Amino acid sequence: MNATATARALPEPLEPEPREDYLNASYGVKSWLLTTDHKRIALLYLSSITGMFFVGGAFAVLMRLNLLTPDGELVSAETYDKLFTMHGLIMIFFFLIPSIPAVLGNFLLPLMIGARDVAFPRLNLLSWYIFMTGATLALVSAVSGGVDTGWTFYTPYSTTYSNTHVMAMAIGVFITGFSSILTGLNFIVTMHTMRAPGLTWSRMPLFLWSLYATSLIFVLGTPVLAISLLALAAERLFGIGIFDPKLGGDPVLFQHLFWFYSHPAVYVMILPGMGVVSEVVPCFARKRIFGYGFVAFSSVAIAVIGFLVWGHHMFVAGQSVYASLIFSVLSYLVAIPSAIKVFNWTATLYKSTITYDTPMLYAFGFIGLFTIGGLTGLFLAALAVDVHVHDTYFVIAHFHYIMVGGMVMAFLGGIHFWWPKISGRLYPEGWARLSALVVFLGFNLTFFPQFILGYLGMPRRYHAYPPEFQVLNVMSTAGASILGIGYLMPLVYLVWSMRYGALAPPNPWLATGLEWRTPSPPPTENFEELPIVTEEAYAYGDETIHA
Amino acid sequence: MTAQPVSLKTYAGVFGMLLVLTAATTAVAYVNLGFFNVIVALTIAVSKALLVILFFMHLSRSAHRTQIVAGTGILWLLILITFTISDVLTRAWISQPVGW
Amino acid sequence: MPEAHAALAHQFEDLEQQHDAATLGMWIFLVTEVMFFGGLLAGYTMYRSVYPSAFAAGSRLCEVTLGLTNTLILITSSFTMALAVHMTQRGRRGLVLALLGATMALGAVFLGVKFLEYFHKYQEHLIPGANFVYSGASAGQVELFICFYFGLTGLHALHMIIGLGVLGVMMAFVWCDRFSPVHYAPIEVAGLYWHFVDIVWIFLFPLLYLVDLHR
Repeated sequence: MNATATARALPEPLEPEPREDYLNASYGVKSWLLTTDHKRIALLYLSSITGMFFVGGAFAVLMRLNLLTPDGELVSAETYDKLFTMHGLIMIFFFLIPSIPAVLGNFLLPLMIGARDVAFPRLNLLSWYIFMTGATLALVSAVSGGVDTGWTFYTPYSTTYSNTHVMAMAIGVFITGFSSILTGLNFIVTMHTMRAPGLTWSRMPLFLWSLYATSLIFVLGTPVLAISLLALAAERLFGIGIFDPKLGGDPVLFQHLFWFYSHPAVYVMILPGMGVVSEVVPCFARKRIFGYGFVAFSSVAIAVIGFLVWGHHMFVAGQSVYASLIFSVLSYLVAIPSAIKVFNWTATLYKSTITYDTPMLYAFGFIGLFTIGGLTGLFLAALAVDVHVHDTYFVIAHFHYIMVGGMVMAFLGGIHFWWPKISGRLYPEGWARLSALVVFLGFNLTFFPQFILGYLGMPRRYHAYPPEFQVLNVMSTAGASILGIGYLMPLVYLVWSMRYGALAPPNPWLATGLEWRTPSPPPTENFEELPIVTEEAYAYGDETIHA
Repeated sequence: MTAQPVSLKTYAGVFGMLLVLTAATTAVAYVNLGFFNVIVALTIAVSKALLVILFFMHLSRSAHRTQIVAGTGILWLLILITFTISDVLTRAWISQPVGW
Repeated sequence: MPEAHAALAHQFEDLEQQHDAATLGMWIFLVTEVMFFGGLLAGYTMYRSVYPSAFAAGSRLCEVTLGLTNTLILITSSFTMALAVHMTQRGRRGLVLALLGATMALGAVFLGVKFLEYFHKYQEHLIPGANFVYSGASAGQVELFICFYFGLTGLHALHMIIGLGVLGVMMAFVWCDRFSPVHYAPIEVAGLYWHFVDIVWIFLFPLLYLVDLHR
């Protein structure tokens, strides 16, 4: 049956007696805190990053409330500095970067390759503890009064002049970086050495290709952030100042080292989302992905070229014009593989049978909003334009379109798509579709006005602004409140579904992929018998997919 | 793992070469070769590193995949260094208002 | 069905897969270490290209004899380490213990010499941020060089201390007869780490101790 993909719950009673799965295999706090099961570790991460998301969101709420009026007197300028710094740090390092890789990646990678676990399960658990240590330090810094340097920690302010809790935060981020490194290392080794028989690289799901590319960035980039933060800490604590102008040091060196990681980091904050979209679109269009090879290759190309463009954050920092020229050209180049992916998803949708379940709604949102965000990146890559819009709300809108309109929507889409597999329950489709719509509307109302504000000249990181910008700011704040509601709704109904949701069959979406060939939720060892792969990844339309 | 282990003679030979090269690099440092001092020093260092990587770390006998991993690491280090110094070295090509 | 080897972890099919994963994992970890040191090396390269004479002056403040001694010590320790892994594959437990012991002893001597160097720097008022006094030209940039000296050698020393810990654990494993010709991945992987630490020093020695000594 060439059925629609609307999830069908199995009739009660589902099974004669309760089946052991990874959730009920053992009980108690110790069985969760000492687990080496990748699926439980994924849920540990999910709890942590959800908490951090709402902390980061709280800072954003305060910022947007402050920006309702031009004189921005809700908080002082100094406090505002701390708000945007903490918002950025928490959202980037403690939510977005781990999000899809540490939650969906950890849960799905062994399942998708037909393995029992990742290559190094204990390192996997360690990575969560490292994350929690870093996050705790970050929260300690926040509660002690926070940091006001901007998430970018530029020197010499961060090393010499800031009187806020830079050390705790820098060390917190430094520690959390090792969590990413271990995750990336684990994923790469797992994908190279533990694929099921018959699962060649060209049969791997595109979600895994994008996780592989992400892992390359984790492994090659994060260590440079680590050394930058260490050097910053050394200068702040011991006066060992390699960025100190008094010794002949160059503050721009810090920016080079910082952005060498932080630019590829933004690709960490989109590639996994693209991977989710590549899984969702073929499923809900009931059609093979168009140009599998191109999409797979583009993922790796984005990761590689993404390492060559970091100077575009420094066009007005005093960087050499010739270096800036090269970075600008390379920044245009890196847009090409992203565009290829958008074309491929679009071509997949062409003449297909589309059903509008929640994951697909989020995927549509991703494709449109990521395209807008990505195109505005090209504006910024042009040297002359960047001089005008650098450090304005144009940049803020650009990266929020990609990170929130893109990545967060893909994260939500992925959570919904794989929720039956993770929890063994179906979420309520009506509420979920409504939330997706609320998120989409709230997002656009929040961030589209910011493109205009930035282009008109409103600087970022300012607590106050000229009165003529008020209308757009009020629109943005209104949008933010709607967006917040859109984010709270899934929190409520997903938790509700864990207890009261309909029981899920192994493959409610009739999707391809090895993860759907095991019960929902899977047993601890993932598969009764390790599978053997005999066909390509997206064999939709082949009439052989079972619930 | 299934490959034949490297012979003791090879290990000893590599060790000997490393000692020789160390003596060489130290001696050459006292000779004025101008710009070539740093090139010679780095060439010797790279040679020593290659000896350790290829023989002590068995990279010459490892899977292609491992060799690519090692090569990628070196390549990425070079990207980091060259792009960073390309900024500093070309700043003066266009006159700045105040010299750095 | 053959019983799984005691050292085989549940997620792997056989020891060979486990060995492959372990070595690939360590090589990838070493790549992360290359990038970690790389940040400091990029900074060093940048500043040396714009302050060549100050960096040469700074290099002359470093004690070549001690640096050379340490280089020879570390190269020898790499040799003993390679032999230790080799002998583990041959099942020569006693020899392995001796070789690991030698490697660790050499490593400890290295750290001792390093501590001596640092102590001399302290005595000569050359600790950046604490008691740095330099009366020659371009004092600031010479201090910058010394910052890199401490940063690079300090980071390296930290990695050596960790390496000594790892080797200690390996010695304990060998003592308890954990390895055999079919299962020796942990010690091979420890060897890879140790050799990496040696390679870093192979570069640090000329970059820090041998800059323009002919002047």
